[in-house]
Amino acid sequence: MSWESYPGYVAANEAFGETTVTIETAQIREACEHARAEGFTFLADIVATDYLGWGGKGVSGYIGTATGRDLNHPSTQGYQALPQLKPKRFSLSYHLLAMAQPPVRVRLQCWLDEDQPVASVVSVWPTADWHEREQFDLMGIRFEGHPNLERLLMPEDWEGHPLRKDYPIGGEPVRFSDAE
Amino acid sequence: MTVAPEKPARSMRDWPVVFPPPYAGSRIPSRVPTILDVPAELLATDDILQVNFGPNHPSTHGVLRLIVDLDGEQVVGLNAVIGYLHTGFEKTMEHKTWWKCITYPERIDYVGYQNAELVFVLAVEKLLELEVPEKATWMRTLLCELNRIHSHLVFLGTSALELGAISMFWYCFREREMILDLYEMVAGARMHTRYFQAGGLAEDIPRGFYPECRKLVERMPKAVDEYEALVNRNKIWLERTQGIGLLSADDAIALGQSGPVLRASGVDWDLRRDQGYLAYDEVEFDVPVYAEGDVYARYRVHMEEMRESTRIVAQCLDRLEQMDGEPWIADDRKVVLPPREELHTSMESLIHHFKIVTEGYRVPEGEVYSVVESPRGELGCYVVSDGGPKPWRVKFRAPSFVALEATATCLRESLIADMIAIVGSLDTVMGEVDR
Repeated sequence: MSWESYPGYVAANEAFGETTVTIETAQIREACEHARAEGFTFLADIVATDYLGWGGKGVSGYIGTATGRDLNHPSTQGYQALPQLKPKRFSLSYHLLAMAQPPVRVRLQCWLDEDQPVASVVSVWPTADWHEREQFDLMGIRFEGHPNLERLLMPEDWEGHPLRKDYPIGGEPVRFSDAE
Repeated sequence: MTVAPEKPARSMRDWPVVFPPPYAGSRIPSRVPTILDVPAELLATDDILQVNFGPNHPSTHGVLRLIVDLDGEQVVGLNAVIGYLHTGFEKTMEHKTWWKCITYPERIDYVGYQNAELVFVLAVEKLLELEVPEKATWMRTLLCELNRIHSHLVFLGTSALELGAISMFWYCFREREMILDLYEMVAGARMHTRYFQAGGLAEDIPRGFYPECRKLVERMPKAVDEYEALVNRNKIWLERTQGIGLLSADDAIALGQSGPVLRASGVDWDLRRDQGYLAYDEVEFDVPVYAEGDVYARYRVHMEEMRESTRIVAQCLDRLEQMDGEPWIADDRKVVLPPREELHTSMESLIHHFKIVTEGYRVPEGEVYSVVESPRGELGCYVVSDGGPKPWRVKFRAPSFVALEATATCLRESLIADMIAIVGSLDTVMGEVDR
């Protein structure tokens, strides 16, 4: 496969037997259209990952990190090596499959800042509809041109995006009925 | 079923059309691929009744809500609403050590639990670059196939029940019980076994398992014959399943369908054969494909797959019976718990045990997407590790989630009475849809 011919090609990387092709965020839809024309007719998944605080977690163990020890996190260990820094806060991965013999899988990836929108690929693969809604709901990625970008799993009036790393995990405030 | 308020609030109708159908002849709704809109001329007649089906209804296999617009008995509009079972598995897993995480995937897809467990373990092993002993690979194959039969039995029993065939349900659950007993024998739990460890199996295969499993292998083909005798020439069953819920091959691929739904639409695609993981390269089996793309084809695919799975189980047993005494888990003390008896004699083992149980093992930095053919289709697991003892991000590609995207396409021009059969035939597990 010649990944260089993809619109917005930045880099191709092989790791653990998988190919990751990084694409310029602005050209992700063109790259996806190109991929579909190349035979990647099957979109398996769209995943956003939040890298806020990546590599900076404190440790109580004997191995130091950038921020040193954190006694408030007992029973966690630090890293043996600091993980490689990421270019932006969010990565957005498109897992594609070409139904050929043998099957070819590739991960198209683009990087997003907070509140940076990305083009929707619903027009390329209709199945992207719910995948994009889910990532919008849980990660707060805005897909421009999505026909129906609403919350999917969380209630409509939910605030915040639960899978973000800065989302509080200590539970939700309890509202008592007499306070209404 | 409850009748919705008189004036349906569907403000989304005014939104601009941005999604063109990908090709001529597609049945995928054109505005939003997952929402069937009421045609404007029908809406003007004021005869459209909006009905709320679910979220609590016995035939939704969990909690699925369908907002259906009816013109008489005809379904003219549909919107599937999910999220009622969302429990935040993916978030929770970010806060558990790798080996504690293994219990979560099987609760996501609580019917195809063994395959769900497998896909996560495979992802971890991929990151660890861990070699799995042959015996563990064969046992994993066997258990995953048992699980596939189990899942298909639940599908068959419940979807037949929804169409009024109650005896089918009892027949299916009779064999399902045999399979659950086998699981109990192996892992001590009937479901959610947590029998797969990173590196192999949690324990050796118990004595007496092979003969018991052989009994199932002998029983299963006869049982499938019985199911077929019950419904194959049953006029009511045929009338209610043939020619409804149509999904063409192109639409199925465009909508990301996988597993039995895809194969019932005439696409010859099975990851077990085409991608080859575990021991599937070394066993013989056929992949049933039906071109009709209707509910009956999906039912046929499930039936045939049970027969094929039984064949695979038999071949796994043949191999496993020659592997007595071989290791069932990799010998990597930094990841795998040491043998229990060593804890009393070896300081090293005690330390390893303590470290793995309290802090967990570290998984090298990286991202992987592992994939298996679960009973419902392509089940994927995307995992990011930062090199620490907990996953940074876990995401499951749930086949049921994707299958529900096809409801609007399948239910086009169908009758309200067929809705149950069609949604049932997509074989969704809501736990997996909502995660």
